[in-house]
Amino acid sequence: MNRILFGITLFFYFLATFHFLLYLINQRESIGKVCQLTTILGFGFHTLSLIYQTVELGHVPMTNIRESMAFFAWAIVAIYLVLEYRVKIRVLGTFIVPIAFILVMASLTFPESAAPTPGFFSSGWLGIHTTLAFLGDAAFAIAFGVSNMYIIQERQLKHKTSGAFYRMLPPLDVLDELSYKAIALGFPLLTLAIVSGAIWAESAWGSYWGWEPKEIWSLITWLIYAAYLHARLVAGWRGRKAAYLAVIGFLIVIFTFLGVNLLLPGRHAFK
Amino acid sequence: MEIVVVGLSHKTASVEVREKLSFPEARLPDALCCLGRLEPVNENVILSTCNRVESYAVVKDAEQGIVGIRDFFLDYHQLKDDVYRESLYAFHGREAVRHIFRVAASLDSMMVGEPQILGQLKDSFDHALESRTTGVVMNRLMKKSISVAKRIRTETKIAESAVSISFAAVELARKIFGRLDGKSVMLAGAGEMAELAAKHLVNNGVKTVMVANRTHERAVALAQEFEGRAVKYEDLAAEMVHADILIASTGAPHYILSQGDMAKAIKERKNRPVFLIDIAVPRNLDPDINKIDNVYLYDIDDLQSVVESNIKERHREAELAEEIIEEEIDTFLAWLRSIDVVPTIVAIREKAEAIRLAELERTLPRLGELNEKQKKSIEGMTQAIVNKLLHSPLVALKDSAGNPEGSSHIETARVLFGITEEKESAPAAEPEASGSEAETR
Repeated sequence: MNRILFGITLFFYFLATFHFLLYLINQRESIGKVCQLTTILGFGFHTLSLIYQTVELGHVPMTNIRESMAFFAWAIVAIYLVLEYRVKIRVLGTFIVPIAFILVMASLTFPESAAPTPGFFSSGWLGIHTTLAFLGDAAFAIAFGVSNMYIIQERQLKHKTSGAFYRMLPPLDVLDELSYKAIALGFPLLTLAIVSGAIWAESAWGSYWGWEPKEIWSLITWLIYAAYLHARLVAGWRGRKAAYLAVIGFLIVIFTFLGVNLLLPGRHAFK
Repeated sequence: MEIVVVGLSHKTASVEVREKLSFPEARLPDALCCLGRLEPVNENVILSTCNRVESYAVVKDAEQGIVGIRDFFLDYHQLKDDVYRESLYAFHGREAVRHIFRVAASLDSMMVGEPQILGQLKDSFDHALESRTTGVVMNRLMKKSISVAKRIRTETKIAESAVSISFAAVELARKIFGRLDGKSVMLAGAGEMAELAAKHLVNNGVKTVMVANRTHERAVALAQEFEGRAVKYEDLAAEMVHADILIASTGAPHYILSQGDMAKAIKERKNRPVFLIDIAVPRNLDPDINKIDNVYLYDIDDLQSVVESNIKERHREAELAEEIIEEEIDTFLAWLRSIDVVPTIVAIREKAEAIRLAELERTLPRLGELNEKQKKSIEGMTQAIVNKLLHSPLVALKDSAGNPEGSSHIETARVLFGITEEKESAPAAEPEASGSEAETR
């Protein structure tokens, strides 16, 4: 059952990605509508799949890397849909939905390990800690997509190459502001994720902080975004430099998520 | 019945020729009536703008109609020279409809996508309506042209991008700032183009206008015009802290703003972006300023290349518009065929026959056992009723084929007998035509 739901999800995300790329090229409103519809359908089936798994497993499906990546993708699409509803800049999807599609695709390359679930997964902390972490990361993913758009558009305007992208992409100030807002949303979520993780660790292992790789890299991520917000609010950083920082921040998020889990040992590692 | 176009445009005639053949608005009613009195012409509209002079007409015979209208153009203006005759083109049938749709949609304009032509076409149609030189076919054709033009406007980006320097400046400002509400613009120097660009910016939401000029009085006067404030010419660099947009157009032989000046200003602005437009020759602003982050410097050549790429974009969109036009021509021609007299008569006959047969089938069984002869005579009676009832309307319709009100008779007959147009054309054509009516009258 879950396989079917997940397959449909993947199919719609594929269609959405394909149409979003097409939309970037030909900018037809009819294509834009297809983009929106396929994204919403994909998201709907993805949500059903998550609910189904949660009911079946008895806890949120985030205990192995396959499940986590899929959930991460879900969070990205969720935040994208809210954003799209608020700002109505459809082309954002071209830079965001493919990230979700790639994550879902990539998740399939990992084994569907029915690893014996350690007891502490059934505590409510798993859901709180991981949901907060992934929603925060999803907000950073949005900032990443938007910042890429900013960097492209900024280059077009600086070099005076009024190509197809120039016409298509939203104004610089709008992108700059969106990226800022996404990070301003993601940062407190990440902070809460770290705090809830510490509390969970305390109840599970008796210590709040263990200096294991995941924790260290999460702290680095946190510091990067703290620096972004600080530079922005205090030093008046904006535009290109801020966009590059947002891109670097997300690359570290990805490393913290994948690299640490796969390459480095620790209690966050999936076995 | 044929639709024809006779006329000339910027594509076939020089301005000298066009002005000789044009119809000033005051003489339009007279010209419309004169043209309407020509033997082959049933309905006509004259469109006379500075770029084109055209007659759209419904005629009995295409060849005669074209010759007649062409002669009328020359006779009316008392022109004999072959130059004039040669600059006139003529289309009939599908080509004529296509030409009218293309004109309305601004595909045949000097600047593809320019918006004025549609208004001019509406005015021409109004004149013709006032002079009562149009009928069912021309009214339908004009309304359809207007709705096709609107459809193209909304479905393609043919009129979207800026094709003049001053609008290109506004477009770029929007790409940088998004909304221009509350932004401020500084005018350095007071050229005509700078003023025009400033006007467009203000119309798009720019709040504050500041003016700096070498002669301060001129700055004060211009500032007053925009309800803005004059700035001392020497303070320009310092005032850049407050200006989001600068339009430089002074006659200064050297740069009036250096990279250092701008770097300082941007720092004080906490990196809020600045858009600099340098339309002066020689240039007023140091090109190196563009290297500063969050500063976007465009000179006149840059703006020109934006305009050129936008024009190319419009031509690409025009191809899409041509497809829409072909589709709409099909719809229109289907309607046109349907109001032709022969199919109408056939349709009325068929409908009557169908009713007759249906009623016979219903009634005969109720009459009990009838012999062949009785059946025959009942059938004969129904046939006679139908034929006699239809006789005079059908004769009138046949007679109407040749005269100017013919099409309206046919249209009326179709309504009275409840005959709908060809299936595929009817639903698409109706709502659009009635939708544009309110605006055209």
